[in-house]
Amino acid sequence: MIQHDSSPSRKDIRKKKQANRVASQASTRIGTMLIKIVLLGLVDALSAYSAFMLAEQGNWIILSIVVATTIVVNWIYFRRDGLVAKYLTPGLIFLLIFQLFAICYSTYIAFTDYGTGHNSTKEQAISSLIQSSQRRVQGSASYKISIVECGKTLNFLVTMPHGEAQIGSEKTPLHEVASATKDDAGQAVSTPGCSTLSFNDLLSRQDEVTSMRVPMSADSQDGTLKTADGQTALVYKSLLKYDAAKDIMINTQTRVRYYDTGVGAFTSKGGSRLSPGWQINVGISNFRQVFTSQEMRGPFLQVLVWTIEFSVISVASTFVLGLLLALVFNNSRMKGRAVYRSILILPYAFPAFLSALVWQGLLNEKFGYINQVLLHGVDIPWLESPALAKIAVLIVNLWLGFPYMFLVSMGALQSIPKDLSEAAELDGANAWQIFRLIKFPLLLVSIAPLLISSFAMNFNNFNLIYMLTNGGPINANTNMNVGSTDILISMVYKIAFVGADRNYGLASAFSIIIFIVVAVVSAIGFRASRSLEELN
Amino acid sequence: MAVFSKRSIVAAAAMTSAMLVALTGCGSTGASNTNASVSAGSSTITVWADADHTATLKSVAAEFTKKTGVKVKLVQKDMGSIEQDMITQIPAGKGPDVAIGPNDWTGLLATDGVIQPIELGNMKSAYQKVAIDAFNYNGNIYGLPYSVENVALIRNTQLAPNAPSSWDDMATTATAAKTKYPYLLQVGSQGDSYTMYPVQTSFGSFVFGQNSDGSYNAKKLTVGDANGLAFAKWVQTQAKAGNLSTSMTADIALSKFEQGQSPYIITGPWNISAIQKAGIKIAVDPIPSAGGQAAKPFVGVNGFFLSAKSKNKLAATNFLTTYIGSEKVQQALFKSGGVPSALTKAYNAEAQSDSVIQGFKKAGENGVPMPNITQMSSVWQYLNAAEVSIINNQGDSSTLWNNMADSIKSSIAKQS
Repeated sequence: MIQHDSSPSRKDIRKKKQANRVASQASTRIGTMLIKIVLLGLVDALSAYSAFMLAEQGNWIILSIVVATTIVVNWIYFRRDGLVAKYLTPGLIFLLIFQLFAICYSTYIAFTDYGTGHNSTKEQAISSLIQSSQRRVQGSASYKISIVECGKTLNFLVTMPHGEAQIGSEKTPLHEVASATKDDAGQAVSTPGCSTLSFNDLLSRQDEVTSMRVPMSADSQDGTLKTADGQTALVYKSLLKYDAAKDIMINTQTRVRYYDTGVGAFTSKGGSRLSPGWQINVGISNFRQVFTSQEMRGPFLQVLVWTIEFSVISVASTFVLGLLLALVFNNSRMKGRAVYRSILILPYAFPAFLSALVWQGLLNEKFGYINQVLLHGVDIPWLESPALAKIAVLIVNLWLGFPYMFLVSMGALQSIPKDLSEAAELDGANAWQIFRLIKFPLLLVSIAPLLISSFAMNFNNFNLIYMLTNGGPINANTNMNVGSTDILISMVYKIAFVGADRNYGLASAFSIIIFIVVAVVSAIGFRASRSLEELN
Repeated sequence: MAVFSKRSIVAAAAMTSAMLVALTGCGSTGASNTNASVSAGSSTITVWADADHTATLKSVAAEFTKKTGVKVKLVQKDMGSIEQDMITQIPAGKGPDVAIGPNDWTGLLATDGVIQPIELGNMKSAYQKVAIDAFNYNGNIYGLPYSVENVALIRNTQLAPNAPSSWDDMATTATAAKTKYPYLLQVGSQGDSYTMYPVQTSFGSFVFGQNSDGSYNAKKLTVGDANGLAFAKWVQTQAKAGNLSTSMTADIALSKFEQGQSPYIITGPWNISAIQKAGIKIAVDPIPSAGGQAAKPFVGVNGFFLSAKSKNKLAATNFLTTYIGSEKVQQALFKSGGVPSALTKAYNAEAQSDSVIQGFKKAGENGVPMPNITQMSSVWQYLNAAEVSIINNQGDSSTLWNNMADSIKSSIAKQS
């Protein structure tokens, strides 16, 4: 390492000098060049580091993507021309990582059965099945063992209940050992020709030791010895046996055979499945389930309709209130505007999930502030009745969302030239006409895109629903875990992460549907707002 | 121009390769370092634990490292995220070697193949039977238990000097003490059939039938029987009388009890220190029967799981069985979490000097282990929803209860 460091450092200096010479020959702006080299060097160092990490994990696909991207980036920034590419590249790369990757991965998952019981590869499922099918032979003794290495094979040196020592390995069943040294407690600890592994040796060979199965005798019905701590071994019999050649799992007691029938789990002729299974490609079955399954279609449509209602009403109500307040505050005759304005922005300054929790307390039927104090002790089931819960969600979202609309409307109003409304006033227009015909259209040009993004945000407003009602009140009559205030994204969350029947594949299919709905609505919205722009 | 750009590429390439060389150097020394340390006997096990237990585990880990040379990487995680993170990370070869969690995760984690059985051998008998049963899934023990908890009736001894002889006796005492509520039983907007389960069982209503070895039989769903309907009717009557309400969240119930608004609350050992801090003198009693039979609370057990993909199984098993399973550590975990130990010896020592623990022990004596089968999650979902709608008087109690039983049945049929 030391040698390594010193010799290239001289080489490095030479290289640097060379680089400097090249740079100064071609351009006078060495500083810019240096900054560029340093920045690119950092990028290259980072990708080289990740390349090594990926190579170590054997993740060749991502490795090649990283290397290719790095080469392209270097090529783009060392080129003289291609200014546009230089501006766009960082943004494009982040777009690739944060948007396209997530979308592609969700799409991929949507076509699999990834979920409870199907969450890894077949190989891992087999090893898990074998691992959990080991049954301790009832009434069998626990054996003190030492692990000894004879030649190249590991052996269990077992002290039998009567004190004699036996030895065995994975290949050779337990048999008497010619001579063994015993410790004070009478446990056989070593035998000639073999070296005993210390605890530290065991730790460095844990996998090897814990996966050892030493047959008790030549008869496999007697079971095998297995150790979990390297000091005691117990007798086990395996309930399942995997036949790799025929790709079948066999129950050693009932002789039932389980086949890989293409459903992602070993399945018997009678249809019973072993779990865990593994992840398989299921084609469009998740999407088909969303639209055709009787029990899913109903709740899905109900949730879809409410999600659209929720986002449209939220955008409309927050915009109207925000704009109204902005108009009032835009009037220069009003006193103390700065104070009011900062108070109005407060809801925007609190984290939304915290506000939602506070509102949950305020809306409590028997003990909440709203029913108890503001409404003098009435029992309004704000969060218990399906219809009221929807209204409560909309009210809370109005409270959370209007400051944003207030801020953007305020900015937009101030950017409208004063002389326009003054001119209109001279022409005899009244205040309402000025607002409707001049201010509002001009306002919409700059605000329409924000309304669209606000729609998209509310469409996926998970925080509010999860914290305020958790989708409730639950409809006791459906078979799905869906409540009357659940929006699509909170329903997706429940499908993927709640209960014991988690289905990431189905949840991803739902996410894709959400993506399509939001994308279509946004596209239409942006087109409409562009035509607005052309009007003006 | 072209000449420059070519040369600059050469220069950059030279620099990049120099950096690569340097990194390779670092990388390889790093690797050889770990190799060296492994052969010197210091591999690392990763342990996931929640905030309540990391402090205690830190000192356990330090002792373990000192004795065995195995390093312990303690990762503090939110209890709510441990289960899901195990399911997603362990198959990818990441995640912990050992993770803390309640026994009701066992079924799901085993179904996903992310945990492996822990062989306790003859040490099994050192633990309370219910603690071992709770981690028994398909005949394997999947967790090393450290604490056992159940709900009981907590009594404010100033308002009610004697334990109630029956459920209705609580109302009599409360009237005499002039408190607002005869008893406090949390429900919340999402329902809480866990806390209400002892009342349900006192009507003879159980969720599943049990096999002869004490494990639950998902095929024997008994929740919809006549006893269940009797319980449903009782719930509706109590709700109409104002004793049960979905507004009564866990926090509100606790604060009402602390304010002395009721002589009784049904809750678990996790709330005891808060109640005592509020200056309330308490006694812990078994829950009186509302339906004529013994009230059997769920006994939940907390423990540590072993990852199916652990590369340090030997060290991890050693850490669990000899350290977490020791009397000293179990008692230390009790002190930090407030929930009594699973190891019988430690438990007896804790109960000896503590009447509260004795009270919980008595209340849990005829308790039933918290089911760990995956089907239980459908039960929670529908049972909670049904109790909420009965309490909110959204229909006839029998109809709602029967709907719930049907929903559970069809949801379980779908799963298997």
